[in-house]
Amino acid sequence: MTDAIEDHGTSLWKDAWIKLSKNRLALFGLAVLIMLIVTSLLTPLIAPYGYETQDLDMGATAPSLQHWLGTDIFGRDMLTRIMYGGRVSLMVGFIATAVALVIGILWGAIAGFFGGRLDAIMMRIVDVLYALPFMIFIILLMVVFGRNILLLFLAIGAVEWLTMARIVRSQVMALRHQEFVEAANSLGLSQWTIIRRHIIPNTLGPVIVYTTLTIPSVMLLEAFLSFLGLGIQPPESSWGLLINYGVETMEEFPWLLIFPGIALSLTLFALNFLGDGLRDALDPRTSKD
Amino acid sequence: MAILEVNGLKVYFHTRNGVVKAVDDVSFSVDRGETLAIVGESGSGKSVTCYSLLDLLPKPPARIEGGTALFDGKDLLTCSASEMRHHRCNDIAVIFQDPMTSLNPFLTIGEQLIEPLIYHPDRSQIKTRVEAKRTAVALLDEVGIIDSHARFDCYPHEFSGGMRQRVMIAMALITEPKLLICDEPTTALDVTIQAQILRLIKKLQETRNVAVIFISHDLGVVAGIADKVLVMCDGTIRETGGTDDIFYRTQNDYTKKLLAAIPEGAKTLPNRAKSDELLIEVTHLKTYFRNQLNTSNSEEHRYVKAVDDVSLEIARGEILGLVGESGSGKSTLGRSILQLAPTTEGSVKFSGQTLTGLTAKQLVPWRRRMQMIFQDPYASLNPRMTVFETLSEPLLYHGIATKKTIASQVKQLMDDVGLSQAQLRKYPHEFSGGQRQRIAIGRAIATKPEFIIADEPVSALDVTIQAQILDLILELVERHNLTMMFISHDLSVVRYISDRVVIMNRGVIVEQGDTETLWAAPKEAYTKELLAAIPLADPTAERKRIASI
Repeated sequence: MTDAIEDHGTSLWKDAWIKLSKNRLALFGLAVLIMLIVTSLLTPLIAPYGYETQDLDMGATAPSLQHWLGTDIFGRDMLTRIMYGGRVSLMVGFIATAVALVIGILWGAIAGFFGGRLDAIMMRIVDVLYALPFMIFIILLMVVFGRNILLLFLAIGAVEWLTMARIVRSQVMALRHQEFVEAANSLGLSQWTIIRRHIIPNTLGPVIVYTTLTIPSVMLLEAFLSFLGLGIQPPESSWGLLINYGVETMEEFPWLLIFPGIALSLTLFALNFLGDGLRDALDPRTSKD
Repeated sequence: MAILEVNGLKVYFHTRNGVVKAVDDVSFSVDRGETLAIVGESGSGKSVTCYSLLDLLPKPPARIEGGTALFDGKDLLTCSASEMRHHRCNDIAVIFQDPMTSLNPFLTIGEQLIEPLIYHPDRSQIKTRVEAKRTAVALLDEVGIIDSHARFDCYPHEFSGGMRQRVMIAMALITEPKLLICDEPTTALDVTIQAQILRLIKKLQETRNVAVIFISHDLGVVAGIADKVLVMCDGTIRETGGTDDIFYRTQNDYTKKLLAAIPEGAKTLPNRAKSDELLIEVTHLKTYFRNQLNTSNSEEHRYVKAVDDVSLEIARGEILGLVGESGSGKSTLGRSILQLAPTTEGSVKFSGQTLTGLTAKQLVPWRRRMQMIFQDPYASLNPRMTVFETLSEPLLYHGIATKKTIASQVKQLMDDVGLSQAQLRKYPHEFSGGQRQRIAIGRAIATKPEFIIADEPVSALDVTIQAQILDLILELVERHNLTMMFISHDLSVVRYISDRVVIMNRGVIVEQGDTETLWAAPKEAYTKELLAAIPLADPTAERKRIASI
């Protein structure tokens, strides 16, 4: 009997995991991401130097045995700074995107599914937010609530969910007249059950692709805000900030640009591989082999 | 001499899952003025055969592995791209199945008609716009477009389905082809329109003396139009011969199976209706939709009256057939009865309880007792749910099964609809159309309903599969003591399955009565027209029928 239960206890997610585990590129992406996240979590314990430790006499030096990735113009160890920067960048990337995902999917699914006046009102709100210059929006938030890294995540997430909501809504509008949704209706399923079980899983493909695009753009947005003095401030760092400073001194000290750049690119590659793998894995129409 | 001679044609598809022999060693020939019908079920290779002649197949994955196709003595399979363009422009034309998608919605039909004339690859044959338009308008007249001069500048969406197919035919004929390939040209059309289009194709063929290859799955249509018939299955020819030989004197098992699967004649089971108990009572039901395209403000045009003052009753145990052409409101009526479409006026009673006006929450216990089977087995199953999930959802939701009993109950359902239990963890895309419809039927009977509305449940299926599903439905109706409303545009199917028939047109009921009484003596002109338009899968009778209209 246990055998029988196992036999059909599979669901979309279990099948997806089986398929994902057979996709080497996606597994590689997942492994890189896990490694980056673990490193970020352990940074205060394993970083070779303190992130503010300066050695002004030394200045910028090329990679060496003491400083594997070199030092910046204040003589701070680049490896340490990239590790600490990763904490901020990854956190911004994941948290802000997660905020955008949750709000965007729910908003879009509800607007698209119920349609009519509710849809009109919800989408006009999206339009208004779109039209609002988001810099002003974020500056206002900062002024009212004070500068706070969590607020930064929320602010970026609050901007990014708009596009997600539109993508999901258009998907849902195409789905809600499909016969299987009507069949679910005729079974008497509640609207919320239908959205959760029949609508959202079928919007995952484009959502995952868009998510893998959102994470890097969020990381760069953070860099931009920090550069303007609205995000995190030196001596704290993020990859975006490091890259921004690296660009300024690109000709004399290229390693200040190259290494944070590699860190960011590696993350993006890993995300894309994992995203593509997830998209395929969550689509039952792709074969299991 | 044959205008087209195909010998040993082989078309293989090279896919990731191996080689599919779509067309395997097919030979046939067509003469001028002759109609060859290629008959087969979906996947038999009948369309691939014809598309490979015109190099219209996607390559890869398709690859022509052998054979010749001599058109007027020249091999179509080996000719160069420019020669192929020449053939397509001058000699061979195609009419596709779906007139809704085979015209470009952004160009007027006139513009599309004259395209081959003013962009002709052979410079000497290029015509001026004025000349081309003259030719096109004359041709539109010939295919029966009224007021052709004005209609020349209309866009495809301004035409009905039947009119679009006429335009497609004009488009095919404008280059004066010698061979016309018709790929299921009437499958997407209503039965009365189908009759008109078939008559038109026949007439044009006679006046122009073109050869026609007519691809169809409908043996009734083929019986009336074909001189020769080619029966295909799994990429190979099963039988070929004159139409009468195939229909009356076939030796082939597959052909026999096809002919036997056509729903013919009256229902075999006795009428099961217990007329003393009414299960469904519909009184003065109206379902109006707001007219989105409406520009005038008159009260008359503000709404589309999909269902307009319909009253009907269904006795417990009865199978009621609801017949109508597209746009007749038959599907909307079905959905209105189940409270899936909002009704405007009138009432629906289920077993004495008025359903109209109940809230979604109040409806839940009633939903369990009435279910629906949908037309398109590809769209009616959630592609991301396994069969097990699809079938267990209604059981768990309505509390009919518990986590402990669910496995055995779902297996019981699979048995009921004739599917193997080993397929429980598969996803819908892994099944054929017929199997998917079985899953959909399983989902509908899962809650042990008393009443089921089946909305064109077999019209997307091949004829042999159709027969199996119809028999399954009859068996389940018998076993579970179901009452059913069977919606269809196909009169033969309705006659085969229903005790009583309701004919709908433009939102109102035209006529209703016991199936055999109505068939024998239709009262209304519309019913007579409908019944007269059904193609018969019997060449002699079909020719007689065509001649009589």
